[in-house]
Amino acid sequence: MAGIYLHIPFCKQACHYCNFHFSTSLHYKPELVAALQEEARLAAEQFPFPPGEAVHTIYFGGGTPSLLTLAELTQLLTAVRGHFNVDPDAEITLEVNPDDISEERLKEWRDAGINRLSIGVQSFFEEELRWMNRAHTAKQALEQVKKAREYFNNITIDLIYGGPGLSDEQWHQDLEQAKALNIPHLSCYALTVEPQTPLNKMIRAGKVPDVDPDKQSRHFLYLMQWAKENGYEHYEISNFARPGYRSRHNSAYWQGKSYIGLGPSAHSFDGKSRWWNIANNQAYIRSLQEGLIPFEKEELTGVQQLNERIMIALRTADGLDLSHIPSLEKTQLLKAAQRHIDAGHLVAQENKLRLTDEGRLLADGIAADLFFEEIK
Amino acid sequence: MKNIRNFCIIAHIDHGKSTLADRLLQSTNTISDREMMDQVLDDMDLEREKGITIKSHAIQINYRHTDGQEFILNLIDTPGHVDFSYEVSRALAACEGALLLVDATQGIQAQTISNLYLAIENDLEIIPVINKIDMDGAMIEEVQDQIIELIGCKPEDILLASGRTGLGIEGVLAAIVDRIPAPKGDPEAPLQALIFDSVFNSFRGIIVYYRIQNGTIRKGDKVRFVSTGQDYEADEVGILKLKMTEKKEVKAGDVGYIITGIKNAKEVKVGDTITLSNRPTKEPIKGFEEVKPMVFAGIYPVNTDEFEELRDCMDKLQLNDASLTYELETSQALGFGFRCGFLGMLHMEIIQERLEREFNQTVITTVPNVSFIAYTTKGEKVMVNNPSEFPDPVKTERIEEPYIRAQIITKPEYIGNIMTLCLGKRGILINQSYLTTTRVELIFEMPLTEIVFDFYDKLKSQTRGYASFDYHAIGYRDALISKMDILLNGEKVDALSALIHRSRAEDFGRKLCEKLKELLPRQQFQIAIQAAIGAKVVARENISAMRKDVTAKCYGGDISRKRKLLEKQKEGKKRMRQIGNVEVPQEAFLAVLKLDD
Ligand SMILES: Nc1nc2c(ncn2[C@@H]2O[C@H](COP(=O)(O)OP(=O)(O)OP(=O)(O)O)[C@@H](O)[C@H]2O)c(=O)[nH]1
Ligand code: SF4
Ligand SMILES: [Mg+2]
Repeated sequence: MAGIYLHIPFCKQACHYCNFHFSTSLHYKPELVAALQEEARLAAEQFPFPPGEAVHTIYFGGGTPSLLTLAELTQLLTAVRGHFNVDPDAEITLEVNPDDISEERLKEWRDAGINRLSIGVQSFFEEELRWMNRAHTAKQALEQVKKAREYFNNITIDLIYGGPGLSDEQWHQDLEQAKALNIPHLSCYALTVEPQTPLNKMIRAGKVPDVDPDKQSRHFLYLMQWAKENGYEHYEISNFARPGYRSRHNSAYWQGKSYIGLGPSAHSFDGKSRWWNIANNQAYIRSLQEGLIPFEKEELTGVQQLNERIMIALRTADGLDLSHIPSLEKTQLLKAAQRHIDAGHLVAQENKLRLTDEGRLLADGIAADLFFEEIK
Repeated sequence: MKNIRNFCIIAHIDHGKSTLADRLLQSTNTISDREMMDQVLDDMDLEREKGITIKSHAIQINYRHTDGQEFILNLIDTPGHVDFSYEVSRALAACEGALLLVDATQGIQAQTISNLYLAIENDLEIIPVINKIDMDGAMIEEVQDQIIELIGCKPEDILLASGRTGLGIEGVLAAIVDRIPAPKGDPEAPLQALIFDSVFNSFRGIIVYYRIQNGTIRKGDKVRFVSTGQDYEADEVGILKLKMTEKKEVKAGDVGYIITGIKNAKEVKVGDTITLSNRPTKEPIKGFEEVKPMVFAGIYPVNTDEFEELRDCMDKLQLNDASLTYELETSQALGFGFRCGFLGMLHMEIIQERLEREFNQTVITTVPNVSFIAYTTKGEKVMVNNPSEFPDPVKTERIEEPYIRAQIITKPEYIGNIMTLCLGKRGILINQSYLTTTRVELIFEMPLTEIVFDFYDKLKSQTRGYASFDYHAIGYRDALISKMDILLNGEKVDALSALIHRSRAEDFGRKLCEKLKELLPRQQFQIAIQAAIGAKVVARENISAMRKDVTAKCYGGDISRKRKLLEKQKEGKKRMRQIGNVEVPQEAFLAVLKLDD
């Protein structure tokens, strides 16, 4: 079980809250696509998955992968299939923006082998989309998702809650709209003010009110309740799925499976180390033209591996499985957990630690409390 | 011995002592160009970061005089900041002469005068040097007049130099040899060596620095520390170059080091005399005056179970800082720790920093206070160094607080600002005099508690740096002092209690609550912060419960960034102390010092 991620670092315009790596100039798209193919070849040699390990998921993320032409998309898929052992039933996800969707493109994507769409809706309200500086309109959001639904079963949409302008009522309506469109998977993110984003500057300049943590937790609590009542399983902090529609690709991240990320800024993981490519399109292209993957690597110590496990697993509905944790560590972990169990934020059951709904609001602090320390 | 000179460099802070020392070392090839850097003797990280000297530093120079004779010069560079004046006074005891530096652009400042008097008390030959004459603002003649006025020397006795350019350095070296007397003493007499400093080294154990008055120390000698009566073998003796340099023997008149098998830091006392076991001296050398701490604060390990380790580190640190005093104390909130006496707030900060950097301790320093005297209705007199010792007001007749005499030298245009500042701090103007037409000296009597915390910073900002300041204690006077308690969720936190003048108490309580609200992290429940005098709550703040602490996205690229963030958060928590159910960060205990930020 392994995954391949491809980062397509281009966007039509910059959303104010976004801190992903992307460029709004499409000038070097052909060179970048070529470089990605070269990287796929090199990565397969340099970071081979263990023999017999097939690639079960491919994920085109970004940036905006829906800016790829059919030819480019096909080239990339061919390269990945050519260099890696891709399972014929692999989940192949394409992130798309509503403004790029049309009947024609939907057909293209389907015919190219894409079997899951992740649509960057963010909101069904025009005012919201405008201050976010999204490229699409509320009307497009509604109509294009509807259209996409005719061609794809397996669809997820992104929604953002807790923003300064979004009322409780509007948030409820966003969720109802998603349900009405019969979307089987939702990624719902609390608006996060990342450093060095236009949003951050706007807040500091007083042009936009700062996010209100009380509103965010209200929206989150509502979301959890709503999901339960409407048949969505809350399987990760920000992810909700109807039965059978969990994202296999993202689930692999959370289960600690290996993955290779291709493209500028993409991250890879082999169970013991993480490495990531340079976050600069030009430098990335130049380096691959020279036949080198421009990456930096970090080896994880045993403690770091364990801490990542704690941090990630607690975010999932499956929880942290204690059965693989050595007994000494397990005792220590349970001791640290007790305070949070008493506070009703954690439950220990069936040899697993899971967050309660209240606990999910405080997941970071709780994880930090359970972390182990490097022995010096 | 006639070819030895022992001297130190003294001055007001920043007048260029360490830089001048650089030039002396460089021009005599004591330090190679490869080893040379600015203020090379400031070898502690903290000294380099802060750009000031904290410890005196001894180093030996070989110098060929203009007449061709070879001389050994033992130089001690000293700190200029008031908080480290004990370092200066010990250095003086190892010397026969002192270079008194005066910055040509600043003229005589408060610590120029106080350090000069220290040197005169020690019978040192003073060589006045006007330094930084390369600077545009140098006022050589004016400063010459000031010096003549102050020490009554002749104009031609005053040297001119620049530590930056090296100008005048040859003249300084020649004057050291010509004007400072050679040490007296008899290398054949019974050994008398004065311990003026020591340091703990994790490889070598305890290293002791001394100045020999009489006799000779040889490698392998059996030596005795007079005050403890303990005998040791001299495993290694030597002199201080940039590094320690081993010698077979060190003789009368010289400054050197000795390494013995001493394990226990308590056995070494600065001011003690070293002699030979088989031929002991009859009279130990008169040691140093005991230090009088100005400020007291508690130092506690963040983790209660690290107390023993902290004790060991305090002992070791004290080897290298004889001005640090401490005794055991317990706090309900913090457990076992030490009540420490410091010479000032900078000293306190340096001690905390050194414990963390050199000894890897994570400590909490509690609210500092001066020491008060309480007279009880039963007729007892109680020294109060700690708010928890503050007696019940109904059983207290009166309280006295320490006063100081403050000397401020400034330009006439700042008199108004300084008056406002000092009167606001309960100061009384005692004397005001013009030193020259452009320099005024103001003398105030003020409560010590008003100046130890932020006075110096305020003074600097009120005078754009054109004021220097020195003070000394002048005894105790009546005071109206109250004890202010802080309660977190109803629980009194003794480590946050402060002793405060009654007229300021309410305002202080309000500000302290506000500051704590800023410094305490939100927790999963509400926190009530209250300030109270006795049973009366004078201020209150609430910190509402944390509602949300969860990152939205955790995909491939987010994971390691996220883990590092949480690890850091966890590391931060280690610097917090759990009091009741509230986690209190290290810096909250010093909130009092930042009330005006
Ligand atoms: N222009 C000029 N600057 C100098 C001279 N001597 C020192 N300085 C500068 O003055 C500042 C203080 O120099 P130090 O040598 O550290 O002064 P100090 O007297 O040892 O300071 P403390 O030990 O902290 O009291 C530094 O920035 C030096 O570069 C000089 O002769 N000329
Ligand atoms: S389209 Fe997506 S990747 Fe591009 S700026 Fe907007 S949020 Fe960021
Ligand atoms: Mg210095």
